[in-house]
Amino acid sequence: MSIKAEHLNYVYSPGTAYEIPALKDMNLEILDGQFVGLIGHTGSGKSTLVQHLNGLIRATSGHLYFNGEDIYQEGYPMRKLRSQVGLVFQYPEHQLFEVDVLSDVCFGPLNQGLSREEAKKRAKEALRMTGLGEEYYSRSPFELSGGQKRRAAIAGVLAMEPQVLILDEPTAGLDPKGRDEILDQIRMLHEEKHITIVLVSHSMEDVAKYVERIIVMNQGEAVFDGPPRQVFRHYQELEQMGLAAPQVTYIMHGLKAKGLEVDENATTIQEARDTILQAFRKE
Amino acid sequence: MIKDITLGQYYPADSVLHKLDPRVKLVATLVFIASLFLVKSWVGYGAATLFLVLVIRLSRVPFSFMVRGLRAIIMLLMITVVFNLFLTPGERVLVRFWKLTITDEGLRTAMFMAVRLIYLIIGSSVMTLTTTPNDLTDGMERLMGPLKKLRVPVHEVAMMMSIALRFIPILMEETDKIMKAQIARGADFESGNLIQKAKSLVPLLVPLFISAFRRANDLAMAMEARCYHGGEGRTKMKPLYYEGRDYRAYAALLLYLAVIIGIRVLGNYVRIL
Amino acid sequence: MNMIQAERVVYEYARYDDEGNVAEMKRAVDGVDLNIQKGDFVAILGHNGSGKSTLAKHLNAILLPREGTVWVDGKDTKDESKLWEIRQSAGMVFQNPDNQIIGTIVEEDVGFGPENMGVPTPEIWERVEESLQAVNMLKYRHHSPNKLSGGQKQRVAIAGVVAMHPQCIVLDEPTAMLDPNGRKEVIRAVRALNQVEDITVILITHYMEEVIHADRVIVMDQGRIVMQGTPRQVFSRVEELKAYRLDVPQATLLAYELRQAGLPLPEGILSREELVEELCRLKQNI
Repeated sequence: MSIKAEHLNYVYSPGTAYEIPALKDMNLEILDGQFVGLIGHTGSGKSTLVQHLNGLIRATSGHLYFNGEDIYQEGYPMRKLRSQVGLVFQYPEHQLFEVDVLSDVCFGPLNQGLSREEAKKRAKEALRMTGLGEEYYSRSPFELSGGQKRRAAIAGVLAMEPQVLILDEPTAGLDPKGRDEILDQIRMLHEEKHITIVLVSHSMEDVAKYVERIIVMNQGEAVFDGPPRQVFRHYQELEQMGLAAPQVTYIMHGLKAKGLEVDENATTIQEARDTILQAFRKE
Repeated sequence: MIKDITLGQYYPADSVLHKLDPRVKLVATLVFIASLFLVKSWVGYGAATLFLVLVIRLSRVPFSFMVRGLRAIIMLLMITVVFNLFLTPGERVLVRFWKLTITDEGLRTAMFMAVRLIYLIIGSSVMTLTTTPNDLTDGMERLMGPLKKLRVPVHEVAMMMSIALRFIPILMEETDKIMKAQIARGADFESGNLIQKAKSLVPLLVPLFISAFRRANDLAMAMEARCYHGGEGRTKMKPLYYEGRDYRAYAALLLYLAVIIGIRVLGNYVRIL
Repeated sequence: MNMIQAERVVYEYARYDDEGNVAEMKRAVDGVDLNIQKGDFVAILGHNGSGKSTLAKHLNAILLPREGTVWVDGKDTKDESKLWEIRQSAGMVFQNPDNQIIGTIVEEDVGFGPENMGVPTPEIWERVEESLQAVNMLKYRHHSPNKLSGGQKQRVAIAGVVAMHPQCIVLDEPTAMLDPNGRKEVIRAVRALNQVEDITVILITHYMEEVIHADRVIVMDQGRIVMQGTPRQVFSRVEELKAYRLDVPQATLLAYELRQAGLPLPEGILSREELVEELCRLKQNI
């Protein structure tokens, strides 16, 4: 099972003076169970790309296959696709609308045509996975704290039991602890439920810490694609695109340049610590 | 569809029309709209068309922007045309089928009504496309200034309008975003009967209202922090002064009005007018 | 002289239950004493809900303390006759750039504050030009704010405050909604205002990288000031910061981890250059 894009092109306002190509000949395959980080600065096309993946935007040309089936073929069940490829938008708490948390999370499953019982069961499970316990079920979503609102909103998508979960900057505006908590929950989802995760992020540090594969987008194209260590090796090119590598990458390259025997491809604090300690122990 | 509303969408360009005092443009728009209801003949519409074309040429705004505003009223336009076409009684019947008849008068009225509506929208679009919303509200504030004596809160109303204009595009974008997010959660805004459709709007409208209130709250705080305390003691960055071109524009407007009235009055005597 | 002085400031707000009765009183700010000198760059850190934004709103009389007193440039914020002077001398920039820009054209927005203050027209134009220049946005003066990036919008908002010629600017999480490039632009502009124009800056944030250049860092938790000092002093207390739901810059964290593992690095390393240098020095001495 996978998502596969072939020669995907998308143009905003085609045929006018404001024509902007947002995606240029994207080829991409996201395999089942992967934890992918999608990075790129604002306007690089990453948000446009993820909206293609669950059929919210239709490509100007090219093909998109979900589990081997072309989603652009006639009669393809788009609504089913949207429940299988869950998309959590930026600031998802802005979409909460129900009187209590549980009903809000039930919205997705009910739209899928499930019974009220089944929807509730799923909603409770989704809330458990995002760390919101029973005491929150009957509370108004508008009374929750910022971090809790966001969890409730993510649960709203999770309750549809998607095979793929795409999160567009799920940590924007949260404080450091709130950010770590959300990302840890997402990692847990990936490990426990084997959901494929696509994490759209600006933070190189977060991406380096959590994902196994990074796709870097720039001007509507995927410019780098690989494991973090490999991608951050191009830190100078990343900088030219207005991106940056994690701070650790700079430190490691700095040390290497000064002649220290360290692994310059370390991307997380732990990796960096280990290789620096090793370099010192060698003496 | 919401995106098609050009109202409040300023199009920056360097033209005489952009430079005119907003009061002139406001008065001109009112006069133009009034003229549309004065004319009753092809010649009259010809004069109005000539005036409109001239103004559009002067504005240097691409014509496609002008007509974009029409898309929003296309339904209204069609209904008006259909009603006038079939329901105007008249003597010279052109087509008759089933219970419907189209008369010569009906055809005429329908066409005039359509032209009137289209010109009305284009005419007001010309104003909003060449005038920044702030200028527009400034102009209105000044034109309605005398009403202050009657305790009409002219400044407050003008400020509210200018804020509304600033936030329309933001709220439209937001609507689009919330809609997409709810569709991603399986919401269906299209199918179903009227009641179902209305119900399906709840997940869209509740977040939208909450967001609008939050924004209003933030904005009020930001305005207070920047020392906003009503119209009293306020100066203007861009105060309005009439210049030579504004007087010339008024003269041209007067001429246009005279022509329109002339055509109308003469129409009583000369058949083709 | 003190730009801002606060003494035992308390702010409470009511939480209501379903029937609309007051369920409990929450203390958002709980006995804060604060002294900020003219020309300082002070950063206030704290997790969401720590009371830092509520405190910020006291610094230009948007909120008034329930107990205690706040003086802005020597004026008590409770003194209603000084309200507009206070708001003029302590300007404020908020989190969401969209919700604080009033004008539909960049320059008109920047002119909004001076208009409210009754500044004569020719001077408004001078101020608008200077302020846009100060945040490097002069070439966008005729643009619509809706077409700008987040960082650009936020710089316009800053210019709008600068045009009021304040002595002090309070920025309430100005970068929380921006991408990394936008964040850099805004911080660069803010630092320039502090250094070039000598405007006192109070920056509220939870991004640690933004505060390493501050003269002083204040950490808030549960409405109280819990840590205070130079960035170096504050960031050397990694465990404490973590307990307050905060981070430290990655270079500091790595240095901390290495010290835990036994490398004799000095405390309070802030930047990656510093860390590289210290490690190299250590290496040579072994």
